[in-house]
Amino acid sequence: MTDFLQLMVAGVSIGAIYAMVAIGFVLLWQTSNTINFAQGEFVVLPAFAMVLFWMTLRLPFALALLATVLVSTLLLGFGVRKLLVARLLQAGVLPLVIATIGLSLLIRYSLQQFWTPLALPFPALFPRAPLRLGAVVLAWEELLNVAFAGAVIGALQLFITRTKLGWAMQAVAQNRTLATVLGIDVGRLITITFVLNAALTAVAAILIAPVYLVKYDIGIGLGLKAFYAAIIGGFNQMRGALLGGLLVGIVETLSAAYVSGPFRDAAVLVILIAVLLWKPEGLWGAKEEWAS
Amino acid sequence: MTDAARPRLRRFLPVGVLVLLALLPLGFEQYKLYVASLTLVYLVMAIGLNLTLGYAGQISLAHGAFMAFGSYGVAILGQRGWPVEVGLAVGAIVAFACGILVGFPALKVKHHFLAMVTLGFNIMVFLVLRNWESLTGGSFGISGIARPRWGLFSFGSDRAYYVYMVGWATLVVGSAYWILTSRWGRAFRAIRENEMRAEALGVSLRNYKLMAFAIGAAYAGIGGALFAPLLGYIDPGAYTLDRSIQFLMMVVMGGLGRFAGPFLGAILVTVLPEVLRASEGLYLVIYALAVILMMLFMPKGLVGIWDWAAGRRDAGAQPPVPAPPGRLRTG
Amino acid sequence: MALLEVRDLTKHFFRLPALSAVSLSVEHGDLLGVIGPNGSGKTTLFNCVTGVLSPSAGQVRFKGENITGLSADLVHRRGIARTFQLIQLFPEMSVLENMLLAAQEREGTLLGRLFRREDGGAADRAMELLEYLGIAGLRDTFASNLSYGQQKLLDFGMALMSRPEVILLDEPLAGVNPTMIKSLVGHIQALNAEGHTFVVIEHNMEVVMSLCRRIVVLSQGERIAEGTPAEVADNPLVLDAYFGR
Repeated sequence: MTDFLQLMVAGVSIGAIYAMVAIGFVLLWQTSNTINFAQGEFVVLPAFAMVLFWMTLRLPFALALLATVLVSTLLLGFGVRKLLVARLLQAGVLPLVIATIGLSLLIRYSLQQFWTPLALPFPALFPRAPLRLGAVVLAWEELLNVAFAGAVIGALQLFITRTKLGWAMQAVAQNRTLATVLGIDVGRLITITFVLNAALTAVAAILIAPVYLVKYDIGIGLGLKAFYAAIIGGFNQMRGALLGGLLVGIVETLSAAYVSGPFRDAAVLVILIAVLLWKPEGLWGAKEEWAS
Repeated sequence: MTDAARPRLRRFLPVGVLVLLALLPLGFEQYKLYVASLTLVYLVMAIGLNLTLGYAGQISLAHGAFMAFGSYGVAILGQRGWPVEVGLAVGAIVAFACGILVGFPALKVKHHFLAMVTLGFNIMVFLVLRNWESLTGGSFGISGIARPRWGLFSFGSDRAYYVYMVGWATLVVGSAYWILTSRWGRAFRAIRENEMRAEALGVSLRNYKLMAFAIGAAYAGIGGALFAPLLGYIDPGAYTLDRSIQFLMMVVMGGLGRFAGPFLGAILVTVLPEVLRASEGLYLVIYALAVILMMLFMPKGLVGIWDWAAGRRDAGAQPPVPAPPGRLRTG
Repeated sequence: MALLEVRDLTKHFFRLPALSAVSLSVEHGDLLGVIGPNGSGKTTLFNCVTGVLSPSAGQVRFKGENITGLSADLVHRRGIARTFQLIQLFPEMSVLENMLLAAQEREGTLLGRLFRREDGGAADRAMELLEYLGIAGLRDTFASNLSYGQQKLLDFGMALMSRPEVILLDEPLAGVNPTMIKSLVGHIQALNAEGHTFVVIEHNMEVVMSLCRRIVVLSQGERIAEGTPAEVADNPLVLDAYFGR
C-alpha cells in the first residue's frame, strides 16, 4: 500500500508535467487550429537554454529561469507565430502540420549537430530529501513538482476564466468568426496563445529535465505523450488536457512498476485506443456538435 | 483538376517521365539502385494515400498499418512456402478489407477526429505485430524474406527485382489513373470539395468513402508487399505512426489531389536526404529547413513547380467568355 | 395521388420545435411557393424532405412511396433535386464538371460508373443547359472563380441535370440583381410550362406572388395559410406573422 501511494505521487508528479505540455498543445489547437507536432521540441529547447544560462554561464537561478522563459517565448512564441503560423494558417491544416513536423526535425537535429548529441545532466531543482509520513516515504522533489506545476496551471486557469484577455481566448476557441465580429483581435490573441504555450513548455522543461536528462531526442517521446494525453483527456477543453496528462503519468508509472516486459508502454496505448473507440471526444472532453 | 483543358501532349509527359524513371536506375550501382527501389515502393504507397486523402479528402494516419499487411503477408506466407505473389495478393486483400473497416468511422467523424481514429488503428496493428510473437516474430520481426521466382528464373538480383517492382508499380499507377479519371474520380473530388452538396446530388458518401479507404489501403498493402523482399527482413518498428506521418509528408509536399503529386513526393522524400548526405551530419537539419520552406512557399506541393514549368494556367485564371447578348450577363 | 406529399412533418432541435405538424402536397406540374418570416422552418422543411435531416415525426411520400428519413443521396436518386440557400458548388472543379457530377449518380450502378467510361450523353446535355442559361462559355472555369450571379445560374443548372421530377429551390433569388431575377424567373416559368414541378422558397414577395400559382405560408414551424397569391395576401394570419402584433 505504501508502495502504491509512493507510486501514485510519482505518477501525479510526472503527470503534472505532461499536463502542462498537453495544456499548451490544446490551447494552440483551440485558438488557432494548429496541431503542433513540435511541442516536444518546445520543451527540449528551453531545457538546453536553461543548461546554458544556469550551468554554463552560472547565472543565478532566478535570472537563468527568466532568461530561459524569455528565449522560449521569443523564439517559440513570437518567432514561430510570426514566421510560420501567420503565413500558413490560410494554407490549411495540412501544410501547417507538415511545417510543424519540419520544425520539430529542425530543432531536434540542430541541437544534435550544433550543441551535442550527448545527454547533459541537469541538477534537481528541489532537494531530493525524503519526507516521512509514518510508514510512507515520499520524495520532496515530487511533491514540490506537483505544487509548482499546480501553481502554474492554477494561474493559467485564473487567467483564462477571470481576465478579459482570457475570456477573449475562450471566445476565439469557441467561435472564431463570432469573436472577430465582436471586435476581438484574433491575430493578436493567437500570438498571445503561442507565447503562453512557450512559457508553459519552458516551465515544463525545467521540471522534467532532472528526470529525463537533457538530450536532443527526448522531445519525440514527450510530444507524443502530450498528444496522447490531449486525446485521452479531451482535445477541446483545458480540463481534459490536465486530467489526461495526469492519467498518462499515473498509468505510465504504475505499469512501469507492476508490469514487466513489452506491455509496459502498451498500457497508455491501449487506453488511447479504448478512448478513441468509445469516447472519441476524450474522457473529459465536450462532445463537439456538428452543425446540421 | 480537370484534365479536359490540358493538351494531349502534356498528358503524355508524365508517361514519358515515368518510363525514364523506370529505366534509368538500371544503370546505377548498388546503393543508388536501392534508393531507386525504395522510391518505387514509396511511390506506390503515396498513390494510395493520395487517393484517400488527396482526392477523396479523407485524412488517414493508418497507411503505415496497411503497408504492414502487405509486408507481413509476404513474409509470413513466404515462411510457409508460398510465392511472393500470393503474399502480395493476401496482403492487399487484407488491407482492402481493413480499409473498409477503417472507412466506417470516416462516415461518422471528420478531420481531426478521423485522424485520431486512423492513428488508433495504426497503433493497434503495431501492438498486434509486436506482441503476436508466434505469428510475426514479435519485436525481432521476420528475416530471410525471399525474392520472387518464376519457375527457374529468380528475381533475386537487385536489378531483376527492380524490374519486377517496376512491373507492379506500373499496374498500380495505371489502375489509379484509370480509377481517378472515371466517374469515381469525379465523385471522390466532389466529396472532397463539398460533401453535403455531393450527397444532395446523389453521391453515396458511404460507398465512395469506403472505396476511397479500401483502394488506398490496398495500394499501401502492395507497396508493403514489395518492400519486404527488398530489405529481406522486416520488424514492427517500420510500421508505426512515424511511417504514416512520412507518407503524409510525401503526399502533401508532392501535391495533394494531383496525379503527379505522389511521384514528386516519393522522389523528394527519398532522394533529397541522399543528395544532402554529402553535408554529413548537417543533412537532417537542411532537410528539415527544406520541409519548412517548402510549406511556406509552396503549400500546394511540388506540383506548383510542375504547373509553372508546363506553362499550365489554372482554368479559372482566364477571364470568362461573356454570354451572347440578349442573354443575361452577370449579377 | 400527389407527386410529393408531406404529412404532419415535425422536427425538433433539442426542445425547439422547428417544424410542427406541417402538411402540404405538390402535384405534378405545380409551381408552389413557400413563404414565411425568418426562422419559420422553410429550409428545415426542405432539409427533412430531401434527407439532409431526419424528421422527428411525420411522413414524406414521393410518388406514393414513403421516403421519410432516407439519406439525401437516395432521395435525389428517386427524383427530387434541390438548391441550397448558401450556394453550394464544387469550387475546384470546372463548371462543366460540376454539371457532369450532378448528372452522374442518378442512373446506373456503382461499379458501372467505374467501368463504363462514356457519360451517356451527359456532356451534351450539360452544354445544352449551360447554353440555355447563358454560361456555356464558362465551361472550363473553376466554380470558385465565377461571379455570384454566374454561380447562381450554375447551381440552378446542376439541379436540372439529373432530370428530376421535383425541383426544390431555396431562395434562388437571394442577393441577385433585378435583371438577373427576371432571367431566372423566366427560366423557371419556361421549364414549368414544359412540365417541370417546382417548389420555391422565397422572400421576394413581388416575385412569389406573380410567379407561383399556389403558396404555402409557414410561421414558427407551423403552416398557417395556403392558397392562391390573392388569398394569401389578404389573410390576416399571414400579415400578423410578418408584421407582428
